[in-house]
Amino acid sequence: MRIAVASGKGGTGKTTVAVSLALSLLTDGAWKRAERHAPLFLDCDVEAPDAHLFLHPVIERTKQASVPVPKVDEGRCTLCGECAEVCVFNALAVLGDRVLLFPELCHGCGSCSLICPEDAISEVPRVMGLLEAGPADGLHFAHGVLNVSEPMPVPVIRQLKAWARPEPGQLTIVDAAPGASCPMVETVRDADFVLLVTEPTPFGLHDLKLALEVTRELGLPAGVVINRDGIGDRGVEDFCASENLPILLRIPFDRAIAEGLAQGRTLVEVRPEYRSLLSEMARRISEIVSAARSDTA
Amino acid sequence: MSSKLESGTPTQLVILSGKGGTGKTAVAAAFGHLAHAGPSPIPAVLVDADVDAANLELLLEPRPLERHEFVGGSVARIDPQRCTDCGVCEEVCRFAAILASPGGGDYHVDPVACEGCATCHYQCPEQAIRMEPQLAGHWFRSQSRYGPLFHARLRPAQENSGKLVSLAKQQGRLAAVEEGYPLMIVDGPPGIGCPAIAAAAGADLALIVGEPTVAGIHDLERALGMTAHFRVQSLVCVNKGDLYPEGVSMIEDRCRARGVEMIGWIPFDEAVTRAMVQGQPVTAWQSESPASRALLAVWESVRGHLDGQRAIARPLRAV
Repeated sequence: MRIAVASGKGGTGKTTVAVSLALSLLTDGAWKRAERHAPLFLDCDVEAPDAHLFLHPVIERTKQASVPVPKVDEGRCTLCGECAEVCVFNALAVLGDRVLLFPELCHGCGSCSLICPEDAISEVPRVMGLLEAGPADGLHFAHGVLNVSEPMPVPVIRQLKAWARPEPGQLTIVDAAPGASCPMVETVRDADFVLLVTEPTPFGLHDLKLALEVTRELGLPAGVVINRDGIGDRGVEDFCASENLPILLRIPFDRAIAEGLAQGRTLVEVRPEYRSLLSEMARRISEIVSAARSDTA
Repeated sequence: MSSKLESGTPTQLVILSGKGGTGKTAVAAAFGHLAHAGPSPIPAVLVDADVDAANLELLLEPRPLERHEFVGGSVARIDPQRCTDCGVCEEVCRFAAILASPGGGDYHVDPVACEGCATCHYQCPEQAIRMEPQLAGHWFRSQSRYGPLFHARLRPAQENSGKLVSLAKQQGRLAAVEEGYPLMIVDGPPGIGCPAIAAAAGADLALIVGEPTVAGIHDLERALGMTAHFRVQSLVCVNKGDLYPEGVSMIEDRCRARGVEMIGWIPFDEAVTRAMVQGQPVTAWQSESPASRALLAVWESVRGHLDGQRAIARPLRAV
């Protein structure tokens, strides 16, 4: 099973919930008896990867994330311009007697090298990020880090998911980027369940609606965690009720939690009583996923 | 002395953060309010460049004036009449977006996976694949309480947010030039990828809103790396500074090491959320609250920098 932890709005507590959910299952007796593997934790927020600051993984494996970009053999190139014409990302242009490449625009689709009538285009990898993996307190951990000044997070997310594959039957908990566009979609699209972390404020509600639209478009079951419960208003609550969206956990606003997180402590370190609440939430998610599977079967 | 704020082109201030939820929009809305009604007003065009999750409008009560479509990338579509099931499209697609039916053949496109690169379109020997432009969102011009607001909405699950950010900013800039607004305040998106880079592009000054938390500090450094790479001058302010005072000193140290000025900090203040529920910037709703007073000090420091004056470094004490 793959649970993606996402949110429209940033800073609602995705990483807080994802990290403590994974840690709670590790100490849950019933869960451990039923599962052969410790959970795999994947931090897919490659622009702002923070989960390692709480889980302290020992990095044992790394891999560069790269995109293949064209390299033009000037001896063969006749400057016909077909490569630039087929490039929908405007990463190639013929200017005077040269083919210019704008590598940061290249998505690595390979269209230019296929179309070139002179076979003058080969491809070379352009590194845009780093993938790292290793054990973290009994969990399996992996994350991707987009290099600073690189614009495209999606290839790094895609390669992270392909590189850090779970064992058959292993639970994967995925920490997503905020928002409701391509990085979030790439992260959640192959999940079995999307846990939407929000806060009970007008911003939280507005962005929860957007994130929910994505999960519905992808046909994925979703549930909500209300973080900092007690601040703001009832908008999120009323919305969840009207949309039949289950509220799976509430974490009240608590200054001790906020201060603990600030210092790099986890929710379950500051408030150990959340271990059983989070394990219980995982069981409910697993029931919802089983029910959704039997519906579609 | 003529400062940049009095010359013909609008000065662009962008508000960024790296980590989400540090309070960019609360700061941007307060700046919009203070630019309009603060002690030394300056007419400003406001741009919400967080097109993924645009929240600035929730604090500015905008009256919509114009709405325009934004066509982003394209998605491939296979014409089953022409398709001969040769499988070339599936072979050339690097995004696993061409799916065969369980029995093989009968190819179709997964629109979510499709990158819009058109490789399949060009390689199909039967010319059976068309590229269909997608309506990816809208951009708007509205009249807010504090001046013109340019904002945009990317449809959920769409790509090209960087292009939509650039478009909203470009429209805001044109209006500022034509109508003589000396300042443009851009509320940026979280992260450091394409929409954040698009928001920072061409800015005269970036204010990075940090958070004194281990995650906030980590991501603040990445945001500073990004603005330094694109040579955008940056200032830092720290939100919720009292949550972890050691974190504030750490940010101060990192800023000093990078030669970036930390211009102040804003205390955690419940008035910010209460103002949000009222649909107002905190400075407008409760000007004497601790956060409002700190925001005024931060704004005045930013103003000083925008005016091209060297602002006097403020001691890092609560306001």
